[in-house]
Amino acid sequence: MSRWQINWRQSKKRDADLERELRSDLELEEEEQREGGISEEEARYAALCAFGNPTLIREQTRAIWSWNWFESLARDLRFSLRTLRRTPGFTVIAILVMALGIGANVALFTVVRGVLLKPLPFHEPDRLVMLYEAGLHEDDAVGSNSNVVSGGIYAEWKNQNRSYSSLALAQNIRVGLSGSGGQLPEKLSSALFSWDMLRTLGVQPPLGRDFTQADDSPGANGTVLLSWGLWKRRFGGDPAILNQTIDLDAQPYTVIGVMPAWFDFPDPSTQLWTPVYHDKPRDTMTSFSDHMFRVVGRLKPGISASQGVADLGIISQRIHNEHLNDQFVFQSAESRPLLDHIVGEIRKPLYVLLEATCCLLLIACLNVANLLVARAAARRKELAIRTALGGGWLRLIGERLMECLLLSASGGALGLLLSFAALQWLTRTRHDMTRVESIHIDSVVAAFTVGVIALCALFSGLIAAFSISDRRILGALHEASRSVGGASARASLRKVLLALEVGLTVILLIGAGLLLKSYERLRSADMGCITQGVITMHLGLPDARYATRALRTNFYDTLLDRVRALPGVDAAGFVTSVPGQGYGMDWTFSIVEHPPLPQGRGLSALSRWADPKYFGAMGIPIVRGRTFDGGKRLDAANEAIVSQSFASQYFPGEDPLGRHLHVRGRNAVIVGIVGDTRYAIGETPQPVQYYPLDAGVEGVGTLVIRSSHDPNHDLEQFVLPVQRIVSEMDRDLPVSDVLTMNQLLGKSTLDQSFNTALLVAFATLSLVLAAVGLFGVTSYIAAQRTTEIGIRVALGAKREQVMRKMLLDGMRPAVFGLVAGLAASLEAGQLMRDLLYEIKPLDPAVYVAVAATLLAVAAVACIVPAWRASRVDPMQALRAE
Amino acid sequence: MSSMAKQAQPRVGVLQGTLDMLILRTLLYGPAHGHQIGKHIQRTTNEFLQMQHGSLYPALHRLERKGWVVSRWETAPDRNREFKYYRLTDKGRKQLVAEESQWKQMSEAVARVMWPAAEES
Repeated sequence: MSRWQINWRQSKKRDADLERELRSDLELEEEEQREGGISEEEARYAALCAFGNPTLIREQTRAIWSWNWFESLARDLRFSLRTLRRTPGFTVIAILVMALGIGANVALFTVVRGVLLKPLPFHEPDRLVMLYEAGLHEDDAVGSNSNVVSGGIYAEWKNQNRSYSSLALAQNIRVGLSGSGGQLPEKLSSALFSWDMLRTLGVQPPLGRDFTQADDSPGANGTVLLSWGLWKRRFGGDPAILNQTIDLDAQPYTVIGVMPAWFDFPDPSTQLWTPVYHDKPRDTMTSFSDHMFRVVGRLKPGISASQGVADLGIISQRIHNEHLNDQFVFQSAESRPLLDHIVGEIRKPLYVLLEATCCLLLIACLNVANLLVARAAARRKELAIRTALGGGWLRLIGERLMECLLLSASGGALGLLLSFAALQWLTRTRHDMTRVESIHIDSVVAAFTVGVIALCALFSGLIAAFSISDRRILGALHEASRSVGGASARASLRKVLLALEVGLTVILLIGAGLLLKSYERLRSADMGCITQGVITMHLGLPDARYATRALRTNFYDTLLDRVRALPGVDAAGFVTSVPGQGYGMDWTFSIVEHPPLPQGRGLSALSRWADPKYFGAMGIPIVRGRTFDGGKRLDAANEAIVSQSFASQYFPGEDPLGRHLHVRGRNAVIVGIVGDTRYAIGETPQPVQYYPLDAGVEGVGTLVIRSSHDPNHDLEQFVLPVQRIVSEMDRDLPVSDVLTMNQLLGKSTLDQSFNTALLVAFATLSLVLAAVGLFGVTSYIAAQRTTEIGIRVALGAKREQVMRKMLLDGMRPAVFGLVAGLAASLEAGQLMRDLLYEIKPLDPAVYVAVAATLLAVAAVACIVPAWRASRVDPMQALRAE
Repeated sequence: MSSMAKQAQPRVGVLQGTLDMLILRTLLYGPAHGHQIGKHIQRTTNEFLQMQHGSLYPALHRLERKGWVVSRWETAPDRNREFKYYRLTDKGRKQLVAEESQWKQMSEAVARVMWPAAEES
């Protein structure tokens, strides 16, 4: 038997006992009165007078024993349940609205907590910092304060600093895993670690061992750590993989360990880790001007981040001073908390989305409050009668709050389910998202949900309770007999709520509109090349197998010849990276014909290696001159092509053709000028220098194929033939990242499209809610005024007039809300400034479109009830009630 | 109600909080049921304290809940019927002493304010 039942039984027994006690004492009183010699009836009367009201006494006495508040709570609960069950339509709508609002909030809070707020899963993550080189030139502070670090500087920092207990180094690369045991070769995202990286982070492989210092040297045997996912997928999760050898870029590596499933440093796509000093040539690791590494530092206890940076800055400054002739030696250091570095890009959009869901929740609450106010108005008579009979005002408020609590609790439960589903979907579809693995619904999220539910209940409940707080009972009771003017106060409260709701909706709409327009701009940005009917595939020739430049040029010649011979191929080319594929690499150069630059200064531009037909294949126009001479190979291929912005920036007012660029110790003559391209969507075109692929220097790049017949549809048809060609040429060479240009660009704008889609969804939802609210209020006003309208019509008012008046009445809160919302958006738009591409937060077109949309929706929402009101039959209206 | 108003003697309500003390004091004589307690208080104050007997019951139950009295159904010697008798507990006795001294201090304090000369003499 539960405690509840015991309590209940006890209280039953106590009630019976009390009843008996009161009866026996009252009887005694009566007897005594009778003994005084009066009639039976008088005696009973006198006894009651002396005794008092038995019912009241019973109530008061019972109150002594029971937990009063608890009982009244249970009573409120029962009552609310009954009321809600009586109006299932209202209940379902209110719960759904709440579920959407709460669900969206909980889901986004979970994401924000998992991604931004949870500490990194490393040992004492607060002391971990990401270190950068900074301060290249005094006059060139912009953009140079978070530079990747050169191998030489890292070594100096590591040896000389006194602020960090350890400094470790990482670089993202891609390696080809050779086919084995019937599995195809594949290209994998990988990372180079210095041997002490895992020790710095405070992570150890659950299977096998960490790198040792001996592993991390050029002479050591190759060693590799596998990611949990790769181990499961490619090696069947077999622990026997330890100490086996796998081939990476045609070099043998011994598997020494498997990392835990959650470990995804430096980024989520990383599948294996190899030691950096083993893999990288010695001169790269000692250069002060080849900047390519990420450096993680662990601050010693008691040392602040700025002290650490100052310490490193002294070392950098000294090295800078020793190498004044090299213009790419930085002179100071910068640091950021590791968490900031990892989530830096995702923070702003997440917070904007969280703000949007808060708006949505507020709208949901306002909507529910609105519905409750409407219902309170409909139940006015009942409430007035209860007040007249002595029902306490507090009790009424309590009931309203209990009702809201029930609504928002059920809504919250449903919302939690919704957000659970949404998060499942998110983690499945967005593996690429930073820290996506740390997104879980946990106790903090549960507490947050409970908090949100309570807040919603309080918010909407208090608004609704406020609306019944006026105690003009008699007025209400009078009004009940004939309501012609009536109850305007309540309608005006609803209008205020609606105006608020519309205002919030406008803010969301404007935000969504700005993102949408920005996204459109982004997608329609001219890349400077053809994007339709082009497919790209990544290829990387491992140095181990293609050790000489001649081997590489032979490979390219054969590959391109055979690809171009495939049926349906209009053109094909090979380049180190295509537009939209990212920054790639930049090189310093000097112009032979120009006077030398002052010491410490130099020029640099993006550099690409391309075959002669690449420009034609990608539709990059040759503005002047010609493309590379296809007959030249190796050292003879000493030509260069520059982009238009390169020409105008470095050869102002002069003809670049025939001039020479000095790069890496060699001179190249400029033979052509080609159109500008963007290295990433959303970036402005940068100067680019192109060098001939036929020089055989580069072994990693992208094959592009253009086909005009049936663009985008049949592009996949080339994948298999190309793969066959490649595997015939080299069985171990993987073809990866098969993407059409459209897919490639779409992938790089995935975040933007994701954020935009979410915000548009929120805004649409709130627009629907606002429309429902408007419809409800206008209908309510119309219903209230039926009699009035009947009289007007009977007295000769035109139906059009009636309709216009009703419409205007309904539209007024929408217009107020619109104006308020537009004003607030001026402020809110500034928050989104960083998320927008090529449009201002005050984009007038968006504002106009939002205003028009809102007014149109509001008009549609109001027109139905207004029309219905104007059709009122005066006789019926007057007979009503 | 009107019959009450006709009573000639002025009667006042029991002071808030003193009812407990009066009940406890009454029970010092021995166990009693609600009716007896009410009657006793009324009689000893010469009907000065006006009190509907009903108002005793919440107080009695409150005292019982606090453990100052216990109750039992017993047959009344004169009526041959069962009544609910309340009996003082040890805890109730202590409480009575405490309340009594408090009341004394209180009435002395009031008296000092009201009749200062009498106090000095």
